[in-house]
Amino acid sequence: MTSLDLTALLPAIIVTGTALFVLLLDLFIRSEQRQWLLWMSLMGIVAAGVANGLIPVQGAPLLQGMMRFDEISKAFNFLFLLGCGLALMLSADYLVRQGIARGEYYALVLLSTLGAMLMASSADLLMIFLGLETLSIPLYILATFLRHQTNSQEAGLKYFLLGAFSSALFLYGIALVYGATGTTQLDTLFTILSESIEGEPLLLYAGVGLLLVGLAFKAAAVPFHTWAPDVYEGSPTSATAFMAVVAKAAAFAALLRVFAFAFLALSSSWMFLMGILAVLTMVLGNVVAVVQLNLKRLLAYSSIAHAGYLLIAVASTQNAMLLGPATSSLLFYLLIYTFTTLGAFGVVILAESKGENLSLTDLSGLATRHPWVAAAMAIFMISLAGLPPTAGFFAKFYVFSTAIQAGELGLALLGVLTSVISVYYYLRVVYYIYMRPTAVERPVYLSPLTVLGIALAAIGVLALGIYPPLALSWIPQTLFVLP
Amino acid sequence: MSDYLILSGVLFAIGALGVLVRRNALIVFMSIELMLNAVNLAFVSFARQLNDMTGQVIVFFVLVVAAAEVVVGLAIIVNIFRTKETVDIDDIDLLRG
Repeated sequence: MTSLDLTALLPAIIVTGTALFVLLLDLFIRSEQRQWLLWMSLMGIVAAGVANGLIPVQGAPLLQGMMRFDEISKAFNFLFLLGCGLALMLSADYLVRQGIARGEYYALVLLSTLGAMLMASSADLLMIFLGLETLSIPLYILATFLRHQTNSQEAGLKYFLLGAFSSALFLYGIALVYGATGTTQLDTLFTILSESIEGEPLLLYAGVGLLLVGLAFKAAAVPFHTWAPDVYEGSPTSATAFMAVVAKAAAFAALLRVFAFAFLALSSSWMFLMGILAVLTMVLGNVVAVVQLNLKRLLAYSSIAHAGYLLIAVASTQNAMLLGPATSSLLFYLLIYTFTTLGAFGVVILAESKGENLSLTDLSGLATRHPWVAAAMAIFMISLAGLPPTAGFFAKFYVFSTAIQAGELGLALLGVLTSVISVYYYLRVVYYIYMRPTAVERPVYLSPLTVLGIALAAIGVLALGIYPPLALSWIPQTLFVLP
Repeated sequence: MSDYLILSGVLFAIGALGVLVRRNALIVFMSIELMLNAVNLAFVSFARQLNDMTGQVIVFFVLVVAAAEVVVGLAIIVNIFRTKETVDIDDIDLLRG
């Protein structure tokens, strides 16, 4: 191992170090000084982001072929750090209000982000599994962090049992792929599979299928989504916001690494499954969201529906010519999704008192009481629905246009159709905010850091909606250099 | 060698079935552990078959991850038992819709 290997890992090392430092510092400070832990965590994230920006990309795999620090790792690292930072800003006062402002919370969020970063930088199936577990195990704890509330307990148990189950399926998939090809390295898999499929193809196909199921669980794609609404509803809202964004993005990073890269030669076989997953996810996510009256459940189904659109982007990578554009459309969509979803959850956090579960009617009359918060929520909803002039429109536009170039006209059309359904339930939220009179005078907790987080998200959504090249120029267009 | 693979497949199927049909959270959890051990058996027998060490090394990683999962999982289950005095999954059903 050379010293060069460790420089490429610097962002991950900084995040780990910050997590451990926060955990240690928590033992020595008084409880009213806990705000410092949040500032420490945010500083660690900024430092990791700077390191991630400065370190040059390396073509060759690192650490005996376990990791890779290429353009994709870099882009995903930025995305995860952004999601983690915004989620921590949103959690600032919410945790105090809920009585769970403890150092462990920040450390767990950071460690979970570390897992996501490792997943996106993996060059080996084993590394993806380890990243997945480093991501998931802290999330199980975060889901059950309100440990005296039965809702949160139940969310934790459901997430844990189904998450561990999906990890076991994913692992069996790795075992079968290993048995069929004799390797777990993604590069070697690509080379072996593009030459000829030797050994037992049945084992290989079963392995590929199990890997897809395992990652579809994490991405909450239908029919493996059943845990998501319950877990999103029961978890502390700031943890929900984090898992809706970072865990989902990490699952798609892994899908990209495994399917668009290592198993590209098998695309004819997994494409079909991916297409079915995308169709089911888009249709069911959007249709079930229509009847939801609980705000967190509505956002949960909305995040399921968005997984469907993201799956279209992954499916478009089947055409080797479109690998670059499809990957950048996926990254762009994830960036916009991060801003919008975190912003929407941020507004929920502002309006939520201790032990409450907000429904749509709780937002009625928000526009007259807090016009700026109302305007921000309206922007996020319009962006989630994919209407111009917000960034959500361009995110969907790029994904669908790449899909059409890849010959997936059916998927793109269905994507547009289900987006039309989604306009109904997103605009219903706006309707409640602007058209309904205030039913009960409810408090809105305008804590400065949370408001700043929401403002950043809203600015991101509007700026990228008016001028998308702002982000597109950051996302490299030709990401893969095929061997 | 394929006998071991069949055994591993059977164990994995028993585990998966246990997760799907049993209602006690602890038994479900044990079934998941059974699935992980089936995976380990598959890795070891593939490693032997391929004459390659990678599979055996992976087993250690799986063991460590499984141990970490046990710690968190049991804590979550104990926490629920303290409030509800049951770990039956059918009784843990506040969230739905």
